[in-house]
Amino acid sequence: MTSTLSPARSRTAPPRRPAVPARRRGTLTAWLFLAPALLLFLYFKFIPMALGLWKSLFKVQTFLGDEWVGLDNYRTIITDDEFAAAIWHSVVLALGTTAGSLVLGLVLALLIEGPAKYLWFVRTAAFLPVVTTMAAVSEVWRIMFHPGDTGMLNVVIGWFGLDPQPWLASEHSSLWSIMLMSVWRGTPYDMMIFLAGLVGVDRSLYEAAAVDGASTWRRLRHITLPALRPVFWILATLAAIRGLRVFVEVYVLTNGGPNGSSEVLMTLIYKLGFQKNELGVASAGGIVLFLATLALTVVVQTLRRRQAT
Amino acid sequence: MRFDSALGLESRRGPAATAAKVVLYAAMVLVFTGPLLGLLVSAFGRTLDPTAFSLWPDDFTLDNFVLAKDQNVYLYLLNSFVVVGFGLLLQMLVSVFAAYALARKRFRGMTFVMLLMLATMMLPEEIIAIPLSLVLADLPVLHLDLIGTYAGMILPVGAWGFSILVMTEFMKEVPVELEEAARIDGAGEFRIFATIIVPLCRPALGVIGVFGFTMIWDQYLLPLIVSTDSTTWTLPVALRSLRSNEEVGIGVLLAASLLALLPSIIAFLAFQRQFMRGLTSGAVKG
Repeated sequence: MTSTLSPARSRTAPPRRPAVPARRRGTLTAWLFLAPALLLFLYFKFIPMALGLWKSLFKVQTFLGDEWVGLDNYRTIITDDEFAAAIWHSVVLALGTTAGSLVLGLVLALLIEGPAKYLWFVRTAAFLPVVTTMAAVSEVWRIMFHPGDTGMLNVVIGWFGLDPQPWLASEHSSLWSIMLMSVWRGTPYDMMIFLAGLVGVDRSLYEAAAVDGASTWRRLRHITLPALRPVFWILATLAAIRGLRVFVEVYVLTNGGPNGSSEVLMTLIYKLGFQKNELGVASAGGIVLFLATLALTVVVQTLRRRQAT
Repeated sequence: MRFDSALGLESRRGPAATAAKVVLYAAMVLVFTGPLLGLLVSAFGRTLDPTAFSLWPDDFTLDNFVLAKDQNVYLYLLNSFVVVGFGLLLQMLVSVFAAYALARKRFRGMTFVMLLMLATMMLPEEIIAIPLSLVLADLPVLHLDLIGTYAGMILPVGAWGFSILVMTEFMKEVPVELEEAARIDGAGEFRIFATIIVPLCRPALGVIGVFGFTMIWDQYLLPLIVSTDSTTWTLPVALRSLRSNEEVGIGVLLAASLLALLPSIIAFLAFQRQFMRGLTSGAVKG
């Protein structure tokens, strides 16, 4: 259709002033429509990223001007015990939360799979933690974690005959307590994604397996779990991207305490940047976090590819 | 034998199985909603003791919400609504415009732009928090200081890769014949965009609307960096300051937490279908 139209158009166009080719006009429109998004990304994503990289090479001083220090900020991070501890805590928290949410999410998804109406209600109710505002829900958990005998979680574990725990108040349990809350908030998300994956499993395979006399466990092991493999890798990838950056829950629940026992990379960077005004070191910390996230993503993708072949 | 699920639990009947199922599902609902129900109940109770937080109401009172007024909680709530209102409007507009270019046009550099969008999604915003605060204090070229302003909290959430990609996927589905027909009728580019493509994408607008709302409402680090004094605090950021107040006790904190939680929960319950749709498409795209 276009081929029959275009000669007609060129015949009527004035010969002296060649019209802007339709293709180029389309290109211009496209860039105009993209401009707001690109401008906002430039200002609030890419320039900060570049600036962070740049500032990480300086000792940043408000009035004296920046002083070039090369890789000194990175050296500080690598040799500093606080940073080493924070990186370790971030990794433990990320791995624990990811593993806990994945396993629990899968188990719960299997348990509440089905078309019944009451299951829909259970799913919706269980999903609520995911949409809650992190800061508010963390405040609620902070109150529930009260270490006294009357603290809500201590009352609950008391029903099962367990002794009251210090939760956030102890150096030995603060990180695990934060992990508990993160798993609570992360599990329903993974559960929902697993449920979406379960919908796609071929029902006739189940029936065939039943006819062959396979047990529930074998059916799960050989039909359901292999079918969920892509979902598992999606969730692992998301966890790799999101895991290390944890900030709000730690900031609200413990702010890194007691005695640095739950300090993660982001709370440390925040303190360095906004309380101690060490913007150079803090920027370098941001870059380290970026590289760690990138490395983790690459590892997950490599594992995924190896699994697939 | 019929199978609607992997475990086939629904086909197990009989009193023992039913009882087990009831216990299981009740426990699940209780574990995941318990803290939220506890908050709901306690916020309307007379609780000054920081440990007393329970699922059982002792006596109903609105005191906490009245006291909250003196603590400026409603000002913070208003700030939150201003940020989420303008932020979401901007985000949806920006996404729809960008998606139109990515879905309906072919141009050189398109793959590169797509890569840029994906890159912004792979890059958690926490990583750039420190330099972002420097940029916001003195915008390059424009030399504006956005620290302590609403704009400082709104503009950075204006462009969101997730929204743009969801919208793009959806816009690709609109048949090209509709567009061509309008073009032959002499409709201009903007007319085609505004009266044909966008109205056909209403379901996707619901998806990016509800996701954008919860995303902006949940913002913490950005308002923490931007709102340097309490007049521009959003509610999530303000919660921390309500905690340590001796005379008002824990009640105001609970009331404020409830107010901070409700909007996104209501948004989720009202737009559940769109939410689930975005959840699965978002998960696939990372």
